[in-house]
Amino acid sequence: MLAMNYRGPQRVRIDQKPLPQILHPEDAIIRVTRSCICGSDLHLYNGNVPDTRVGETFGHEFIGVVEEVGYAIQKLKVGDNVIVPFNIACGRCAFCKQGLYGNCHESNPQATAAGGIFGYSHTTGGYCGGQAEYVRVPYADVGPTVIPEGMDLDDAVLLTDVVPTGYQAAEMGGIQKGDTVVVFGAGPIGIMAAKCAWLFGAGRVIIIDQIEYRLEFARNYAQCEAYNFRSLEDPVVFIKKTTDSLGADVCIDAVGAEAAGNAMQTITGRKLLLQAGSATALHWAINSVKKGGIVSIVGVYGPTDNLVPIGNVVNKGITIRANQASVKRLLPKMIEHVQEGRINPKALITHRIPLEEVADAYRIFSDKLDNCIKTVLIPPSARI
Amino acid sequence: MENTQGFENKRGGDHSHIKGWGIDADPKNDPTYPMKQRTNDEHNGYTWERPPQQTVNVEVLHSIERPNITAVFGSTVPTKGLSGKIRRYAFKHSESSYAHWLPLLLADRVDMVEGLIEDINKGSFPNILAEKGIKAEWKHNKTGLLKRWAIGAVVAYAAFVYVTRRRS
Ligand SMILES: NC(=O)c1ccc[n+]([C@@H]2O[C@H](COP(=O)([O-])OP(=O)(O)OC[C@H]3O[C@@H](n4cnc5c(N)ncnc54)[C@H](O)[C@@H]3O)[C@@H](O)[C@H]2O)c1
Ligand SMILES: [Zn+2]
Ligand SMILES: [Zn+2]
Repeated sequence: MLAMNYRGPQRVRIDQKPLPQILHPEDAIIRVTRSCICGSDLHLYNGNVPDTRVGETFGHEFIGVVEEVGYAIQKLKVGDNVIVPFNIACGRCAFCKQGLYGNCHESNPQATAAGGIFGYSHTTGGYCGGQAEYVRVPYADVGPTVIPEGMDLDDAVLLTDVVPTGYQAAEMGGIQKGDTVVVFGAGPIGIMAAKCAWLFGAGRVIIIDQIEYRLEFARNYAQCEAYNFRSLEDPVVFIKKTTDSLGADVCIDAVGAEAAGNAMQTITGRKLLLQAGSATALHWAINSVKKGGIVSIVGVYGPTDNLVPIGNVVNKGITIRANQASVKRLLPKMIEHVQEGRINPKALITHRIPLEEVADAYRIFSDKLDNCIKTVLIPPSARI
Repeated sequence: MENTQGFENKRGGDHSHIKGWGIDADPKNDPTYPMKQRTNDEHNGYTWERPPQQTVNVEVLHSIERPNITAVFGSTVPTKGLSGKIRRYAFKHSESSYAHWLPLLLADRVDMVEGLIEDINKGSFPNILAEKGIKAEWKHNKTGLLKRWAIGAVVAYAAFVYVTRRRS
């Protein structure tokens, strides 16, 4: 089958690989119909996630058709069209049972700090990802959810990560009616977080980025204010000034380890890898939130350490909430929001690219070329 | 939001000797809600009925912070070569230690060279420019690409002049 093949930092290609096999009684094999490239893939692409092995196939956002199931599978049937959450979850450990499907204890031998994720290095379990024609899906009766009748595949594929992650970013913000919410990052995740902040009753939503076309997109799509930090002398002072010098009620970090905007963070975090990525956006979030406010982090960082103003967290009495999105927990509600027209995921998709052109697709998404917001890869079998 | 399970002492042990034990427990003060629908299951320890174990027929390195290999795991690219040796060393240290993560990053770079050798042994030198997505860059960011190449050329020329001058 065709599958993306990682060869080293910023080097990926399409290759022939053996078809996946059922390796566990609760496995299924899925034929992929759509897969995405995510901001999280950029941490892998740039070689910043430890134990990313040459030969791996990335891709944690995919949907497809069930081709084969293991003997212990009871709910899923061959031929089902399914949304596959990016987290691999057993559904019966103490964490899954409490809704923490992004923190399963039975899906990642390599690290206890992270649950299993498809196509996301050996640090999250060493699974093959969905930027391929076929994928092995473990615990197939737990995660995969049948795509509702009539739902567009382009909407469905964004329910694997972007929509629930943006939603959870807002949810973790504990937004109360009338709150001012500042979202750092106008990528797909930040834009979705801004959109969802309104569903919780935000009074004002502000998004910060450095890319003009993304800010423009966010203004229209999420009906929010959008500012370019390159034209602000100091984003923290700007946010203070626009909130009566008090700070925002809720700040959301939807940037993570590839953040720009502070030379010292960029050099130590992204160039020298002396910290687990650059923590510029998180730094700004902590310093722009009001006293007693909430900082919600969905931006992804590496497993070592980051330079953040923790002293200010203490002095301001900030609550920090963070997690990998619990996709399965949120899916029913997200499906309803899409069906009721409150969220329109597929509007984020700017690029539909054949799987075979995966190297160019990564370049476009990584360098934010051609006004790219979200890139979807389409395998040959789904292009007919 | 309310922790409907209350804060029972499921871990066992009698705390009656502690005056006021649990007197201020407040089930509403649970900042993990709604991310976590608390059942206090983890108070019972690692005792849940585990899913069946996937057969382990490749080397799976596991964190020393857990007693076992998880019930399922990915086996896409098994450890091999020098990078594999470095990874094995890394897994002797906990996730809390630089001695775990830094060797893993080093192993990734070694792996890249091993991958290149593997490609060449298979009889094909990889098209690195294509792997870096040069086609897309040429199409959508020609000036940026040309600028990078120009800077590269100037740096290379300066280095060449410097080296040849020093020699003569
Ligand atoms: N927690 C989860 O479950 C989860 C799931 C998916 C993605 N993520 C993470 O969310 C983050 C965003 O993902 P994405 O797909 O939107 O990525 P993306 O790369 O498309 O977007 C990131 C945006 O942040 C902007 N940016 C850079 N530095 C900034 C700064 N200092 N302040 C404000 N904006 C800045 C960039 O210009 C870019 O537009 C990534 O770190 C990704 O790993 C987390
Ligand atoms: Zn993602
Ligand atoms: Zn679990």
